[in-house]
Amino acid sequence: MLNYVARRLFYVPLSILIVLGAAFVVLRTTGNPIDIFLDPNHTPEQAKALSARLHLDQPIPVQFAIYLRDVLRGDFGESLQFGGPAMPAVLGRLGATLELLAAALAVALVLGIAGGVACAVWRDRVPDFVISTLAIAAQSMPSFWLGILLIQIFAVDLRWLPTSGRGDLAHLILPATTLAAFVLPNFVLITRTSMLEVMGEPFVVTGRAKGLSAATLVFAHVFPNALNPILSFLGVQVGRLVAGSIVTETIFSWPGIGRLLIGSIFQRDVPVVLAGVVVVSLFIVLANLAVDLLLSVNDPRIRLG
Amino acid sequence: MRRRLFGTRFKVGLGAGILLCICLAAIFAPYLAPYDPYQQSLVRRLKPPAFMEGGSLRNLLGTDNYGRDLLSRLIYGSRISILVGLASMALSCTIGTVAGLFAGFKGGRTEQAIMRFADAHSAFPDILLAIIMTAALGGSALNLILVLGISGWMIYARLVFGLTRSLRERSFVEAAASYGGSDRYIVFRHILPQVVPVLTVVATLQVAQMILQEAALSFLGLGLPPPAATWGNILAEGRDRLFGAPWIAHCSGVAIILVVFSVNMLGNGLREALDPKAAGAAR
Repeated sequence: MLNYVARRLFYVPLSILIVLGAAFVVLRTTGNPIDIFLDPNHTPEQAKALSARLHLDQPIPVQFAIYLRDVLRGDFGESLQFGGPAMPAVLGRLGATLELLAAALAVALVLGIAGGVACAVWRDRVPDFVISTLAIAAQSMPSFWLGILLIQIFAVDLRWLPTSGRGDLAHLILPATTLAAFVLPNFVLITRTSMLEVMGEPFVVTGRAKGLSAATLVFAHVFPNALNPILSFLGVQVGRLVAGSIVTETIFSWPGIGRLLIGSIFQRDVPVVLAGVVVVSLFIVLANLAVDLLLSVNDPRIRLG
Repeated sequence: MRRRLFGTRFKVGLGAGILLCICLAAIFAPYLAPYDPYQQSLVRRLKPPAFMEGGSLRNLLGTDNYGRDLLSRLIYGSRISILVGLASMALSCTIGTVAGLFAGFKGGRTEQAIMRFADAHSAFPDILLAIIMTAALGGSALNLILVLGISGWMIYARLVFGLTRSLRERSFVEAAASYGGSDRYIVFRHILPQVVPVLTVVATLQVAQMILQEAALSFLGLGLPPPAATWGNILAEGRDRLFGAPWIAHCSGVAIILVVFSVNMLGNGLREALDPKAAGAAR
């Protein structure tokens, strides 16, 4: 078990390194920071001094090495738009993003699992038909359009909820719903499949034969065994959820990391983008690790095998 | 066996039917579109669709802020969506399949390198990479295809890798190797054909994802630059006019959902047809 965790932990920095390297190369090879930093009338000497200060006169691998050295010292560079260090600017937005992710994930998990269980229990009957069709339809819904629809209905027409921004619970409802809808259908479908698979197992037939009630059978015998595929699917969905949060934050002007990243990319604020990339990918890798640990807790075969 | 309310044939037929119509519309856009999608008309700005109050049959779906006919813009927009969706799927399918075949067949270090790289790539939200790359390279159709194609290869690599590794141990592969079949022969003749049915389903479903991502990028302002008629652009323009002219945003929203829904229907139908056990499974 410890061995397993240690091996997984070993790959965490490796993943981050690859991702960071790719982002660094793309951002460095396109667009000239000199033109962005200095006003158009800069002298050649100014340009030269700045490019020496930012190590732009070095080849890109050397630049990346210098950047990594600074990162290991905790220095992610200075933000162009805020003037201060880049990492605190990103971390300052982490709370808002986590709030949105947690709310959306909670909604998606609870409703998704409930819907999937209902589908499996009433397989090929009306509830299954309605819920699965809705799920496939919802998978086709572009989240940015859903967000706009929700804004129009609940904020513009009915005036029940605010259109954008972060504040009390009312501000959270629309963004969290939009983001939850992005992953919820997948949870419904995976729960349905996973439940149906377990329901075909011999021990379920035995349970039914010895007269267990339907509720006991479903919740005490089938569901715990169907949980693992759902959990491992959760790991995959964390990445999608984060990707969805970038779009959702933009629609609802939610002051999180996603919106900061989009803004920084447009402004070519490279240090903030790279710091954001580190935080986002670290979050996803660690979330996946946590899911794997949960899996091994739920299923001794993984832990001991 | 209970009768299915929602048969496989129905799904495949419905999905393929709608898709065929949209593809034909995209191909014959110049003949179908009632107007030039870029022709502006100041006197006919923000006209509502024919079915709304104040609308006329001259512009079936109304006009936008510049008086451009929305139906024509939607028809032309389908070209970008379908082109980018199909081409980027083809690109990631090719990269992923080659990588998966290599990793699964060679094993050892090759496997470790490729699969670790796929893991690392998966740790990165695809849309963020796409955003960084389109912001850096600029939004042209070719760039969008490249960016989306490169960001979606991991799912094929994993799938093909798993299948290849298990197929490699099968006796027919061993037999082929023992009578002197080259690696290339074995891979193309014995392994690839077994992988294709599974790939078809994933590839179909991925077209839907690619179309959604193209629209999302375009919506964020990173697709083809604004005058271009893309669904994401129309939606972004419509967002600013939700109050006075909600039909702009919603007509392209409906177009997107229609295409993606039919692709998803087709994909799920194909999955049931090819693998009855996994009926209704998620991606």
